Amino acid sequence: MTVELLLQTIVNATYAASYMALIAVGLVLIFGVMGVINFAHGELYMAGAYTVVALYAGFGVSFFVAVAAGLVFVGALGLIMEYALFRPLRDNPLGGLIASIGFLLILQTIAVLGFGVQMEHVPPATQEKIVFANGVVLTYQRAYVIVATVVLLGALWLFLRKSKFGWALRACAQDREAAQLQGMSINHTARLAMFIGAGLAGVAGALTAPLVSPTPYMGHSVIITAFIIIIVGGIGSLEGAVLAAILYAFVYTFVTTIYDGTLANIVGLLLMLIVLIVKPTGLFGAKERA
Amino acid sequence: MPERSASNGLSWALGTVLLGGVLIGLPHLLSLSQQEILVLLVINVLLVASYRLLTLTGEWSLAHVVIMGVGAYGSALTAKKLGAPVPLAMLAGATVAGLFAFLLSFPLFRMKGFYFLIGSFAAGEVVRLIWKWSELTWLFGGPKGIKLIPPVPDIEFLSIDFYNPVNYYYLCLIVVAVSLLILYRIEHSRIGLTFHAIHWQDKLAESVGVDTFRYRTLAFVVSAFFAGLAGALYAHYVGTVNASRFDVESMVYVLIWAIVGGTATFYGPILGVVVLTVLNEVVLRALQLDSMRPMFYGAILIVSILFLPNGLESLVLKVKAWFAGRGQKRATAEQPAE
Repeated sequence: MTVELLLQTIVNATYAASYMALIAVGLVLIFGVMGVINFAHGELYMAGAYTVVALYAGFGVSFFVAVAAGLVFVGALGLIMEYALFRPLRDNPLGGLIASIGFLLILQTIAVLGFGVQMEHVPPATQEKIVFANGVVLTYQRAYVIVATVVLLGALWLFLRKSKFGWALRACAQDREAAQLQGMSINHTARLAMFIGAGLAGVAGALTAPLVSPTPYMGHSVIITAFIIIIVGGIGSLEGAVLAAILYAFVYTFVTTIYDGTLANIVGLLLMLIVLIVKPTGLFGAKERA
Repeated sequence: MPERSASNGLSWALGTVLLGGVLIGLPHLLSLSQQEILVLLVINVLLVASYRLLTLTGEWSLAHVVIMGVGAYGSALTAKKLGAPVPLAMLAGATVAGLFAFLLSFPLFRMKGFYFLIGSFAAGEVVRLIWKWSELTWLFGGPKGIKLIPPVPDIEFLSIDFYNPVNYYYLCLIVVAVSLLILYRIEHSRIGLTFHAIHWQDKLAESVGVDTFRYRTLAFVVSAFFAGLAGALYAHYVGTVNASRFDVESMVYVLIWAIVGGTATFYGPILGVVVLTVLNEVVLRALQLDSMRPMFYGAILIVSILFLPNGLESLVLKVKAWFAGRGQKRATAEQPAE
C-alpha cells in the first residue's frame, strides 16, 4: 500500500465514520431513553435521503434547505413512531422492536410507491474538492458530512451536558422510574429523544444522498452497520457509539480497499459477534444501562 | 368422565378426517397459480411451526430463514454436485441445517433476549454474505445462487410426476404432516415441558438440575432440522436457490406469521401463516395491489401487536370460551326445569 493510498483511505474512513456516528448515536439515544431498539432506523436514514431526492433533485430547492427539511421531516416521523408505537408499548420492549419492523415495511413501501425501486441519482451540491499534498482528495460533498457531524454531535453533547432538557434526558436514560418520581415527564423526554435520534438519521441520509444513490432498500445495510457499531460500542453508551463508529469505519474502509466489500461486511459482523460473545457490554461502554 | 372423553375423541377423529378431506380435495378447486402458492404455503407451515419450537424456550431468532436456506443449499448441493438421490439429499440438507445450528448454539446461547436476537441476525447475515461471496462462486454460485437443482424423481410405475404442483403438494403434505406430528409430540413430552420451564423460570430450572444450555441447543437444533427440511422441499420444487431469497425480509414475514397467529398454542403460528397467505392472495392479488404487500404486512403487524398482543389464537380461545360459557349456562338453566 502506497502512502497516497494509505492517506486517501484514512480520509475516506473519516468520512464513513462521520455518517455512521450520526446514525449510531441516534439509535443509542432512542435505546437509552426508551429501551427500544429501533429496527426502522435504517429506513429513517432512507427517508432523509429521499427528502433530498424530492426537494433538491426534484424541485431544485437549495441543498442545505433540503437537508434541514430532511432533519425536520424525519424528526417528525420519529415523533409519529413515539406517539403511535413506542408509547403504547412502553412496558413491552420487544413489542416496540417488532412494531418498528412493521413501520420499516410501511416506510419502504411508501418510498417504492412514490419513487419506484430504481436507484436515484442526486447531483452533488458542488463539484469542488480539496486536494491535499500527495494527490489525496476530499470532495466538498464529503467534507460537508464530516463538518456537519462534528457540529451536530458537538451541539448534542453540549445540549445533554448543559441544558435542563439534557439533564432530564440523561436522567431518564439512567433510571426511568426515579426520573419520573423527580417530576420529569417521561412522555416529553421520550418525544425529545425520538425527535433528535430520528433527526440525526435523517440528516445523515440527506447529506449522503448525492454520494450513495438512494434506493428504497438502502436502509438494510445501514441498520446492520448501526447494529455493529452500537454492539461494539456498548448499547446505551453515546461516547462508545462514536468511538465504535470510528473503529468500524476504519476497519471497514481498509478491508474494502485492500480486499473487497463482501469480506469487509463479514469482518464487521464477526467483530460484532466476537464482542457479543466475549464482552456483551461493549468495548467502550462503562456498564450496562437499563 | 369416560363418556365425555370418548365423545371428545370421536369429535377429534371426525375433525381430523374432515381436515384431511379438505386438504386432499383443496388443490382440485384451485387454479394452477393458486396450486403453486398452496405448495409454498404448506412449506411455510413447516417453517413457522419449527420456529415456534425455538420460541418455546423464550428466544426469538432472526436466523431461522437463513437456516432454512442452509437446508436448501445443502440439499441442492448434495443432489447436484454429489449426485445423491433427491429424497436422501433432502434429509442430508435438513441434517446439515441441524448441525449448523448446533455449531451456532455455542456462541449464540451465551446471549439472551435482545443480544440473542441481534447475534442471530448477525450470524445469519454472515452466512448470506458467504453465499454471495465471489471467492466461493464455484460452490455457492455467487449472488445468482444455484440453478437447475434436480427435481424430485417421478414415481413411474404409479405415473406420478412431481412437476405437477398437485402431486408435489401431496408430497409436501405428507412430509409436513409427519414433521408436525413429531414437533407436537416433542412439545408434549418431558422435553417440551422443560422448554416451557426454561422460558418462564430459567434460574429455577437450573437450580433443580436442568442443563438449560443443553435444552436450548436441543430446541435450536430440532427447529433448525425442520426448517432445513422446509428449505429442501422448497429448493427441489422451485429449482433454484439464492441468498436474497433468504434475506431478512423473508425472516420478517415468518415473525409476522408467528406474532399475528400467536405463539402460545401449537396451532397459533399455523393459523397466522394460513390466514395471512389467504388474505394476501385473495385481497391483494384481487385488487392488483401486489406492490403494497410489505405495507399491508407492516400495518397488520403493528395493529396486531397493539390491539391483539396474544395473536389470532386468543380470538379462537375467546370464541371457545364463549361457546363453553353458553353451554354451561344452558345446562344450569335446564337444571331447575328438570
